[in-house]
Amino acid sequence: MKTTSFKMKKPIVYTLLIVFSVVSLLPLYWVFSTSLQLSNYQDEELDRPVSYVNSNPPKMYPMGIPEYFEHWKKARDAEEQNDMEQAAYHRETMSHIVDNTFSGFKTLFEKNNMGRWFFNSFYIGVVVTVGILLFDSMAGYVLAKKRFPGRNLIFWLIISTMMIPGQVTLVPMFIMIRELNLMDTHWALIFPDLSMVFGVFLMRQFMYSIPNELLDAAKIDGASEWKTYWKIVMPLAKPGLAALGIFTFMNVWNSFLWPIIVLNNSDLYTLPVGLKTLQDANLASFKLLMSGAAIAAIPMIIVFLIFQRHFVKGLTLGGVKE
Amino acid sequence: MKTSTGVKKHGTLFLIKKNYSAYLFLLPKLILFITFIAIPVVWAFILSFQEYKVFGSVWAGLDNYKAVFESEAFRKALYNTAIYTVVTVPFNVVSALVIASLIHSVSRTAQNFFRAAFYLPTVASMVIIAMVWRWMYNYEFGLFNYIIGWFGADPINWLGQTDSALWAIIIMQCMIPFGVGIILYLASMGSISESLYEAATIDGASSFQKWARITIPMLKPSTLYLVLLSTIGSFQVFTQIILMTGGGPGFATETIVHLIYKTGFRDFEFGLAAAQSVILFGIILIVSIFQFKVLQHDE
Repeated sequence: MKTTSFKMKKPIVYTLLIVFSVVSLLPLYWVFSTSLQLSNYQDEELDRPVSYVNSNPPKMYPMGIPEYFEHWKKARDAEEQNDMEQAAYHRETMSHIVDNTFSGFKTLFEKNNMGRWFFNSFYIGVVVTVGILLFDSMAGYVLAKKRFPGRNLIFWLIISTMMIPGQVTLVPMFIMIRELNLMDTHWALIFPDLSMVFGVFLMRQFMYSIPNELLDAAKIDGASEWKTYWKIVMPLAKPGLAALGIFTFMNVWNSFLWPIIVLNNSDLYTLPVGLKTLQDANLASFKLLMSGAAIAAIPMIIVFLIFQRHFVKGLTLGGVKE
Repeated sequence: MKTSTGVKKHGTLFLIKKNYSAYLFLLPKLILFITFIAIPVVWAFILSFQEYKVFGSVWAGLDNYKAVFESEAFRKALYNTAIYTVVTVPFNVVSALVIASLIHSVSRTAQNFFRAAFYLPTVASMVIIAMVWRWMYNYEFGLFNYIIGWFGADPINWLGQTDSALWAIIIMQCMIPFGVGIILYLASMGSISESLYEAATIDGASSFQKWARITIPMLKPSTLYLVLLSTIGSFQVFTQIILMTGGGPGFATETIVHLIYKTGFRDFEFGLAAAQSVILFGIILIVSIFQFKVLQHDE
């Protein structure tokens, strides 16, 4: 263990870290908690439907959980006393509680277009990611390993545009997409996303580390350029490709400003656009909105937890040059 | 002698022919780049000097720029964006440094756990974060008015009134951990040579001194990068605005990019929107160069 930073007492360090991480995770927790909160739930004691989403003070966790266990206990007790009617009543209430808890998700898929939006986001993400991995690794490879006239000019041209904020191209791109009759199509999202240049930079950095001897050996063996790239370069570039792939997918999945400009048809919406229209309609309850937010968050959380290593790698690759 | 000049004369053409496959490898990306980035960038500059009409645009000289700088909305947007940047960038970078330092001093397993806990909110889209904060800021049933109630404060209409709306957006940005910053700082801390600390220990430096005199200076390249990155990001603040306040009330939370969006795609004033976006680019460029100079300089 290095002693490079604070040498405070361990309990203080841990306490601070726990407090900060609770603050950091609270909003995500609140998304899930609200999405699973009971709403319009028939309360036995009050004998009227109550909504725990809109309650003051707020309920800190989904109320379905304690309610469920309470009825489960009552059902078990009733069964022990052979009171089958009472037991059946509690079993039924338990299934009502489950239905109510997940009702937000159900409504989104049945009444709103959630399934469609999810699919659109997913397949656009996959198409763009595959395209970016292929095109950027091809470009990065020759920019790192080949000497040809115009190489530096092309590289600097591409890199210099990385500093231009994306909003600069919004208006011309809008006019262009309209002229090309691509308005309200997924091409309007896929083409601009495929043009992002960050990956070229990342791949070029990565390809430098591939030993020239390997490429020369392939050449001597008579392998074609394509074969060298596909059979030797690509397998060696796997860690870089993984990092780039994850970031590309995440960017596309989360992209918002451009999709709300070019998409008008609900069937074509991506998830973030769908969520915005849901909120704009002003009819949706916070439970419904948070259910939508949860659906959009879950895939990214899973991807992150599985590929954590690559996230760290990708960030440090793009960030620090040592 | 003869042959060498001959090679030189046909050198470029020869090299192009010899390396034709390299150009084929570049081709797909180059076509995409030229069509969807290079041309639009140049076009944006041209548009900013034009009054856009579907059948032939007219030259307008500097009229768009004049109109932009004279409009109250743009001045408010510029001011709000500046305040937002000046508060959130230092706060986020410093808190990333502190959190990374704390994480760095715990065991491996705990490091992995906390790194994940602080990076996780970053993978969720800003759309999700903005929606849940809007809910937490809710006047009647929101979490925050409940929490400030513990301290005896009256409920606040966070997003609904002129004097608190921008601050509500700023507080939100400060509370989202700067995940990229934390991970980068952690990686850089790992690569600082241990011998520096050993030497300082022999000289009797306290652990805080070591942190202030060794760690922080050694992290400077990362700090520069992170300041630039978060400044550029914060000048482009948009998603929170459109989802939480729509720039209001009045112009209280209007920002540059939200104004570009409104000008371009609600009012369809393409020339004006293009001018606004070129100005945004200019501002980001100047601020980046300035930060680069300042942070590089004070060695």
